[in-house]
Amino acid sequence: MSRSLRVANGGSIRRTRLLSFSFNGTLYSGFEGDTLASALLANNVRTVHRSFKYHRPRGVVGSGAEEPNSIVQVGSGSKATPNLRATQIELYDGLTARSVSGWPSLRVDLYALNGLLGRLLPAGFYYKTFMRPRFLWSWYEHFIRKAAGLGQAPREADLDHYDKLNIHCDVLIVGGGPTGLMAARAAGRAGARVIMADEQAEMGGSLLSSTASIGGKKPGDWVETVVSELTRMPEVILLPRSTVTGYYDHNFLVINERRTDHLERPDPRLRRERIWRVRASQVVLATGAIERPLVFSNNDKPGVMLASAVSTYLVRYGVLPGRKIVFFTNNDSAYQTVLQLVDAGMEVVAVVDVRSDPQGDLIQQVRSAGVPIFEGHVVVDVRGGTSGLRMVLIARVNKTLDEILSHKGELRCDVLAVSGGWNPVVHLHAQSGGKPVFNEECASFLPGPSVQNERSAGAGNGTFGLADCLREGAEAGRRAAQDAGLTGDGSVDIPKVESHVEGSLHPIWVVPNGLAEGRGGKKFVDLQNDTTVADIRLAAREGYRSVEHLKRYTALGFGTDQGKLGNINGMAILADVLGQAPGKIGTTTFRPNYTPVTFGAIAGREIGSTFFDPTRKTAVHQWHVENGAEFEDVGQWKRPWYYPLPGETMNEAVRRECLATRESLGILDASTLGKIEIRGPDSAEFLNRIYTNSWLTLEIGRCRYGLMLGEDGMVMDDGVTSRIGEDHYLMTTTTGGAAHVLAWMERWLQTEWPHLRVYLTSVTDHWFVTSVAGPNSREILTKLCTDIDFSADAFPFMSVRAGTVAGIPARVYRISFSGELAYEINVSANYGRSLWQAIMTAGQSLNITPYGTEAMHVLRAEKGYIIVGQDTDGSVTPGDLGMDWIVSNGKDCIGKRSLSRQDTRRENRKQLVGLTTVDPTLVLPEGAQLLNEPAKEFPAPMVGHVTSSYFSPSLRHSIALALVKGGRSREGSMVYAQLIDGRVIPATIGQPKFFDPENQRQKV
Amino acid sequence: MKNKYSIFSLARNAVTYHENWREAWRSPEPRKGYDVIVIGGGGHGLATAYYLASEHGIRNVAVLEKNWIGGGNTGRNTTIVRSNYLWDESAHLYEKSLRLWEGLSQKLNYNVMFSQRGVMNLGHTLQDMRDIERRSNANYLNGIDSEVLRPEQIRQIVPIMNTSPHARYPVLGASFQRRGGVARHDAVAWGFARAADREGVDILQNCEVTGILRHNGAVTGVETNRGRIQAKKVGVVVAGHSSVIASMAGLRLPIESHPLQALVSEPLKPILHTVVMSNAVHGYISQSDKGELVIGAGVDSYTGYGQRGSFSVVEGNIGAIVELFPVFSRVRMLRQWGGIVDVCPDACPIIGKTPIRGLYFNCGWGTGGFKATPGSGWVFAHTIARGEPHSLNAAFTLERFSTGALIDEHGAAGVAH
Amino acid sequence: MLEINCPWCGPRDQIEFSCGGEAHIVRPLEPENLSDDDWADYLFYRKNPEGRHHEQWCHTAGCRKWFNAIRNTVTYQFETVYRIGEDLPEKTSR
Repeated sequence: MSRSLRVANGGSIRRTRLLSFSFNGTLYSGFEGDTLASALLANNVRTVHRSFKYHRPRGVVGSGAEEPNSIVQVGSGSKATPNLRATQIELYDGLTARSVSGWPSLRVDLYALNGLLGRLLPAGFYYKTFMRPRFLWSWYEHFIRKAAGLGQAPREADLDHYDKLNIHCDVLIVGGGPTGLMAARAAGRAGARVIMADEQAEMGGSLLSSTASIGGKKPGDWVETVVSELTRMPEVILLPRSTVTGYYDHNFLVINERRTDHLERPDPRLRRERIWRVRASQVVLATGAIERPLVFSNNDKPGVMLASAVSTYLVRYGVLPGRKIVFFTNNDSAYQTVLQLVDAGMEVVAVVDVRSDPQGDLIQQVRSAGVPIFEGHVVVDVRGGTSGLRMVLIARVNKTLDEILSHKGELRCDVLAVSGGWNPVVHLHAQSGGKPVFNEECASFLPGPSVQNERSAGAGNGTFGLADCLREGAEAGRRAAQDAGLTGDGSVDIPKVESHVEGSLHPIWVVPNGLAEGRGGKKFVDLQNDTTVADIRLAAREGYRSVEHLKRYTALGFGTDQGKLGNINGMAILADVLGQAPGKIGTTTFRPNYTPVTFGAIAGREIGSTFFDPTRKTAVHQWHVENGAEFEDVGQWKRPWYYPLPGETMNEAVRRECLATRESLGILDASTLGKIEIRGPDSAEFLNRIYTNSWLTLEIGRCRYGLMLGEDGMVMDDGVTSRIGEDHYLMTTTTGGAAHVLAWMERWLQTEWPHLRVYLTSVTDHWFVTSVAGPNSREILTKLCTDIDFSADAFPFMSVRAGTVAGIPARVYRISFSGELAYEINVSANYGRSLWQAIMTAGQSLNITPYGTEAMHVLRAEKGYIIVGQDTDGSVTPGDLGMDWIVSNGKDCIGKRSLSRQDTRRENRKQLVGLTTVDPTLVLPEGAQLLNEPAKEFPAPMVGHVTSSYFSPSLRHSIALALVKGGRSREGSMVYAQLIDGRVIPATIGQPKFFDPENQRQKV
Repeated sequence: MKNKYSIFSLARNAVTYHENWREAWRSPEPRKGYDVIVIGGGGHGLATAYYLASEHGIRNVAVLEKNWIGGGNTGRNTTIVRSNYLWDESAHLYEKSLRLWEGLSQKLNYNVMFSQRGVMNLGHTLQDMRDIERRSNANYLNGIDSEVLRPEQIRQIVPIMNTSPHARYPVLGASFQRRGGVARHDAVAWGFARAADREGVDILQNCEVTGILRHNGAVTGVETNRGRIQAKKVGVVVAGHSSVIASMAGLRLPIESHPLQALVSEPLKPILHTVVMSNAVHGYISQSDKGELVIGAGVDSYTGYGQRGSFSVVEGNIGAIVELFPVFSRVRMLRQWGGIVDVCPDACPIIGKTPIRGLYFNCGWGTGGFKATPGSGWVFAHTIARGEPHSLNAAFTLERFSTGALIDEHGAAGVAH
Repeated sequence: MLEINCPWCGPRDQIEFSCGGEAHIVRPLEPENLSDDDWADYLFYRKNPEGRHHEQWCHTAGCRKWFNAIRNTVTYQFETVYRIGEDLPEKTSR
């Protein structure tokens, strides 16, 4: 039966607001202001978790981000959230949580058998076994995987939304405790734009669980005064529930703000979390410190807690985690908690202090309060089970704390509060590039010299007394504002606080238990990963002596708490084993994130069909939609792929579109091709350098096809460029290559040829372009446009004219990608649909047929026109395409030199050829690999591959383009496409040109 | 074999509280000289030393590591192993490696947890699918297992993936190599180190090379922070720091070093049972045996030796993962880190001789080095031992940058992980 | 996350820029007269220093101007930025 451990009064919980919640299916109640952990403790729920490896029962140890044990799954369905720490979950009415381990239940966990086999499972045991027989590894692995892992990923998509915010500030203050508050006050008064972020629900930090008066006020009142002053400053932003999770280069920091998880029924319009992307001029790290546990036998049992956590639960939440509490410490800070308990009228059984003669004001006070102090003693072992501790066993220890002198029997208790000293939270300092330095006095790492514009203050800087923290915080805030260039007066009065003389800490990394090393109850260093002292010793023995090896071999610090409790102890133990000073072996690298961050928040709004990547649509997109087009993604563009009539298959539609174009009239939306304006007196010279062919002689009103190479000689892009005026050209590029080509040309111009007077402008989106192709295209153009002479002589192939089409100012190009007589009409994009509509109407009698990219591909493949990126792949030269003619001999151009290298001159390079299948109905799959003869064994020598392949409706047989080794000299010989599905399709090599090889039709 | 790892030795040592395990590798003092010095104690370097000893009988070998072994890219990658490369040269090299992976735990007597759970490469556009067909057919003819999956088959294997046709870039299909998978990265370094040590190789940690000693155009040894060490041959396998060592020998390389980031989520119960990679949506992901989602982010465009990259790369990458796996939106990112990848213009390695006699380089693996670890060591050992490349690495010379015979895996892999 | 001082626009976030790699690689005036090795050196071989590095950046999402920078490839700190065509700063301070 559980008894309530809530004390009668005290704490900052709102007792008038009773909340009900469930844990592992049982209903409990708590108060507003509780965390899940404090509410569970209040309900006397001792065991909240089963450990990773040995499945030992575990209880709440800490009270914040450092908590390694109380990992729970909250909510269900689309709101399920795995792996939250109960110590950081704010209670709300109706909260449901369950533990993430224990099978079949938390109380009776059959995996606890692992605990009995514990001796067989030392660190790295898996590296030493499960090797034979080889085929069984996947079987072993199945069970290993099942046993591992914590919570469950939701099975439904997340309905919540997340936001990001970019901001600059003068001073970012991390941590809203006494140090941070003073820093914010000072910086704010100096006029700085300040952001202060704190991971807790309210500002105050350690003051939230303090009872000492500050400036003559109760700590809570003092915090309120400061917060209200800060709130009145317009340039100060206070961010509660906001963790600074990462410190990146150039003072860029990431804050993860949690906005709705604490709400019972959040407004669905609220964003669940927000990522603040902060560029701070100066940073003040007032991150505080985390209490260090002590490492002794069975130190993982439910009921062993940090002394600071006991204090927090009592003072802040009004929960007394036990009725009979024993303290175990090596420093003075725990005595403060003892006094808080005594003041609250609670029973403290005893204090066990490893120091043989602890001196300090607090110790005197505890002594005079009548609490027994066992000096020079240690806790050697504890007894207890899933429902809490029963007793601790204590013993006298020698001065060097490594030998038990005599066992002193037991102390009955239900909670053991431990304190091994304090570890300043140096994570962000280290992430910023700083190297933490070991400090003997506090036996931990302190921030080293700053690398970026940051300064640490307060407990995070190893300054532990409240008075010193307040002073250091104010100073840090004032100086940060100054360094950020603020000239305002940042002076603040330091409130008076009671101070006391403290004795020094006596570090103890492993508490002896009177038995030989490794004997007796396990001594845990990393609770979440079940790393023990024996594991660390084993790792060192086996040669894993670098701290990084230790971490990786024993999993020390690899848990979701990232070793906030265990790492320093672990490193010090390793140092001890190696006979080195802890400072010598250093720490493992501190990496983002300080605490885990929701994926959804990091992704922000840039997901989903709308925002993952911009979608580009042409001016006539809606018409395509209305007319049933299927679309293809090409780069960011949506291009009509084909336009099926009701009941039509893709093949049928494509066939119809192709035949209509060849026989009468087809219309294509060609707007997506990249269009770049090139202007300036040196434009021709520029084109001459960029394209392989010559551009100096192109007349106004004429167009030319150009091929662009990378400097490595490989085909990069192609397109038609026209000369519009004296110093005015318009280049077209492939749809996917447009942005790259523009950027690439800009780079040549700016960095290599700045003397060329050439200006480039992307005009892709400014123009709507439609290609009207087919024998009747001249007829329809003549019908729609009266101010251009469309006769073959007046308007020859590869030229451009300006005029008015359907009443719209237009440029009309006579160019063709289909091999038919064809015109490309360019109008301002705003007129796109009206032009399209007019052509469709005018073309009705000519059976005008819109065709998509698939039919376009068929038509161009019939002609042997390549598509860069489909028929080329970055390893293809102009020569490989049979286009040596386009590389001018008389001049240099980008990439030309690369064409005369040994390998690019080679005879048997893969060359573009046409293929016709022996069975004309069979269409070779694109991507089919070609062999000279069907393979009898593998690997089989491949001679090429199919790049484009279609059934040609006009020719009534299949056609394909392929790259084949030495292909041009092999006309008439056979190759075999041997496919992954086992089929072998024979085909004959021919010219890469199937339809109208003399190019008569486009020139009529 | 003394101190052989097995369930029996584990049980035997349990009786003595595991106090009698021997160190996995010795920590010897450097000798005056060696037949071969391998610079770089990552997986590739340790594998090279192991195969020099075990395949070629060259045991007077030292591996020089400036920090701790396996601490570079070996311990910083996303552990994907596959061999479904496009071009014959790379396919054969990676397939050799995959075959070595398949018996590696047994050969090394160290469980590297090579888990053949399949690697899926998604296609999102028609061109992606053409490339997938092309690569899969090539793999098939090269004797490498490969399948092409349709969306409904993908849904069966990875039901949590967003295969909606309404996605921004819908999944149109995938290639699938069932023999591909993941391995425990650290264990690969440690396993090779232990096995090499047993063959007599000296592994010298905290031994930083500061100079390459040469005489008459031939290498004679190295200068280190632990003194001068002579060597008849020196093999350099230092990934991101290749250019740094090269400059000590007066060489330049066609390489740039870039930050490559990766990250893990908090551990989850098993939910993703295969490796999924997407170039178009740009993310790759698997779930480790510990339950963490292991996610590869992109390469930063600038040169960087800082083992860290930019947050924006991580943002884009996680966006891609949430786009592909909407159920991971509420999962949390635990930790991120960066490695330094040595990128070649054609995304393929350089394994072979240099203009300096006796000096060999193995570098340029870019983002794809982990899967090659055993194969890279195997061919590099052969190259150093014989003074000539093996046929498997004959194409991966420095000369290819002059002749133009590049092996361009960019097109096939985008990011060649 | 770098903050890059565009010499035309001032300091902006890295996401607005693209990096073009090593600076001051001059395209040979007469490529045809180069040996294959020399051409390869221009085309592919790079200094790739660990430390002080001259590189090209472009303010892609801003003024679209290319410029040069000296940046440390280990600390990622920029020493200076300068416009194309400007003399390489002899002695610079942060």
